[in-house]
Amino acid sequence: MTSTQKDPVLVILQLSGGNDFMNTIIPYTNPLYYDNRPNVRISEDQVMPLNDELGFNPNMPEFKSLYEQGKVAIIQGVGYPKPNLSHFRSMDIWHTCEPEKLADEGWVGRAIRDLDPNKDNVLTGVNFGRGMPRAMAAPGVPVASVGNLETYGVLTSIEVEQERAQALDIFSRMYSPAMGHGPVVDYLSQTGMDALHGADILATAPGKYSSTVEYGDSSMSQYMRNIAQVHIANLGTRILYTTAPYNSFDTHATQMTAHAGLCTNVSRTVNDFYEDLKEHNASDNVLLLVFTEFGRRVHDNGSGTDHGSGGAAFVIGDAVKGGLYGEYPSLEEDKQSEGNLQFNNDFRGLYATLLEDWMGLDSKPIVNGGFEKLDFISKS
Amino acid sequence: MINHDTNLIAHLMRRAGFGAPHEELVRLTNMGYEATVEELLHPKDQPDLEMDVMNRYMGWRDLGYLAANQGYWTYRMVNSPRQLEEKICLFWHGIFCVGDSKCMAPHNIMLQLDQFRDHGFGSFETILNYLATNPAMLYYLDNQLSHKEAVNENWGRELLELFSMGVGMDDQPNYTEGDVKACAQAFTGWTIGNGLPRYPYGRYYNQFLYNQFDHINEPKTFLGETGDFNGEDVIRIISKQPATARFISRHLYNYFVADEPQVPAWQTIPPRDPELIRALEDEYFRSGYEIRSMLRVLFNSDSFKNARFAKVKSPAEVVCGTLRLVGDFTKPGPAIYDSALEIRYMGQDLLNPPTVEGWHTGKEWIDSGTLVERINYVTGEIGRVESPGVRYIINRLRAESEPISSDNLIDGCLEMLGGYELMPETRSLLLEHINLLGDLNDQNGSFEQSVGQILQLIVSTQEYQFS
Repeated sequence: MTSTQKDPVLVILQLSGGNDFMNTIIPYTNPLYYDNRPNVRISEDQVMPLNDELGFNPNMPEFKSLYEQGKVAIIQGVGYPKPNLSHFRSMDIWHTCEPEKLADEGWVGRAIRDLDPNKDNVLTGVNFGRGMPRAMAAPGVPVASVGNLETYGVLTSIEVEQERAQALDIFSRMYSPAMGHGPVVDYLSQTGMDALHGADILATAPGKYSSTVEYGDSSMSQYMRNIAQVHIANLGTRILYTTAPYNSFDTHATQMTAHAGLCTNVSRTVNDFYEDLKEHNASDNVLLLVFTEFGRRVHDNGSGTDHGSGGAAFVIGDAVKGGLYGEYPSLEEDKQSEGNLQFNNDFRGLYATLLEDWMGLDSKPIVNGGFEKLDFISKS
Repeated sequence: MINHDTNLIAHLMRRAGFGAPHEELVRLTNMGYEATVEELLHPKDQPDLEMDVMNRYMGWRDLGYLAANQGYWTYRMVNSPRQLEEKICLFWHGIFCVGDSKCMAPHNIMLQLDQFRDHGFGSFETILNYLATNPAMLYYLDNQLSHKEAVNENWGRELLELFSMGVGMDDQPNYTEGDVKACAQAFTGWTIGNGLPRYPYGRYYNQFLYNQFDHINEPKTFLGETGDFNGEDVIRIISKQPATARFISRHLYNYFVADEPQVPAWQTIPPRDPELIRALEDEYFRSGYEIRSMLRVLFNSDSFKNARFAKVKSPAEVVCGTLRLVGDFTKPGPAIYDSALEIRYMGQDLLNPPTVEGWHTGKEWIDSGTLVERINYVTGEIGRVESPGVRYIINRLRAESEPISSDNLIDGCLEMLGGYELMPETRSLLLEHINLLGDLNDQNGSFEQSVGQILQLIVSTQEYQFS
């Protein structure tokens, strides 16, 4: 499959640690919110209303502005049956679409395999950051994982050019798949070859890019900038992934200061990214998914919030029909699930929508079944 | 030419330490395998690093900079004569995770590492008691915010799930949500004292405090036992569980013997080597939960001896193992901090694991990004033919036989690096390359360049990624 500039592209920003949905999209006219959040609350006068029930966290003005432009779908009450309150396990479930049993194949990895079954492009999927998320892992699917876009390359420590060329030649033959040495060696071979190919192509991206947008200094901002660079370089990359610093959203304690900073960073970074793409006339074929592994406990613990369920995800882009999807989970005590928000909206339906209505793939084998889709993508 | 005893010692030193240069391997081979195991198991019989020198050049470690503390620890891993002490320290650090991104107090984490060095070979119950009173851990899992009126379950849950029992084994869960609640209640009142201000005299260590007035004094039912349990009682009950013996045995196996599936799979996927796991579990109970005794069983087992190259090296093993070979980081110097950063770039940010679950190990260390980091780093270091370790290898090979054949050159390099083995395909590619290098026995300087290139190619192989 050859990609053209206008093939649909999916960008994924993972908020690791469990973002507090209730303090991101705040039910500011619901007295139960204030009853349950005696300490970890946003007061009504600070909330930025999006309707007469819900409002944005005051640190997210850019998000609100994008919402008002109709670019943001807020997917409420998203989760899965029998919520798991371990970060690790819950993120695994989001990554593998397997709430019941352990799996190590990721949904993004499967999507990449379907987008590029013949592995014509080792850069069909690119991760930015150190360590590949399980979502992108699928046997035999090449995914580049880039820690630093500017210096990416193999055997760069060999300075003499001719020696490096010879070494790279041997390297490429050493890592060409040798059969019969077991799955880990096979995996290493494949990884070595993919690294070699991907590096050569990615090295061209920063040189093709200039922008007036100045991103923030956080690693999340810088990786979103790298995603923009690679997308704009038109390398045929269809899915780009990055993770906000590990567990940074795990606000058990001193949440009011920590979460304010997190919201500010997400809001600004997403807006910078969108502005950057627009500046390069490259925004219309991109959707950005922002998700987290779970929401947080309805009742605060005095200074923060413990692990919960029923969070929210966001989908942002020109092709989005902006608005609220799903229902805001009830704060009534008898409608909660052991003190947590009850999900009403399976995350696999969200994935299915993105995979089918945006990427044009059959979602069932990717998300392990049929799930009700949401109608947040404009069909024009 | 291949010495199987030396290769076995090389294997032991890669696992029970961070590898050893060839000279050291020869000394230990003469001492014998079991004696070497005993020497490793009693690190305090060996001299510590020269602390005066450390304090002179690295005295600011108390100031609380993550990179400085990472450099300090890297220096210890590379140079400590007590190799297994540093290895067991890294073992516990990878399980009892505390991350600087939250604590922002690496000196408190360093205190925890000192506890691992001093007690990490002892009773698991004692280790857990130190863990539960460590200020960095209490802060990392929010127990100072767990109060009688508002219980914070973070520490209570992770103690069971990630630090002692695991969620389940043999397809059965090991505990219930009720046990998590009881565990968290038992640790109410376990908190930390305020640290003094950071300036002007550096940071001070936080202290553990027990606040009896903030403790829930009520009967609790925990793992089938009922009583007015406090934290020590919970640890005592945890320590005697078969699930705990299994969990620790599997961790020891995964870290020292061969890569296992990742921890969350342990509820459903049985151990790779049930016999050795059973022997370790038995030793756990026989010895009164003593880690040293379990390690003795482990290192002397045939399973261990036969498990050469059955593990993917961790980034700390890649970097520290390479530096021990290269041999010019024997005194503290600024470059050690760059080396510590390399470990981070390969995906193991010491003192700052990604989550409380720690780093994923085995082949999950490797992706196209981290593989590039590994190869670029190791080839860069081994290519420095002026370093003492590479000089030693060149001189040994030069003295070995003259003229040296291509085969002998490769075998010699493999032996000097620690008894590595190549797949036939790799070997023939290296032989082909040697033919491009010209006359190996030319003494005008090209010999050492040739050895340097062969060493670089060997360390960039897949085979070198395994320990």
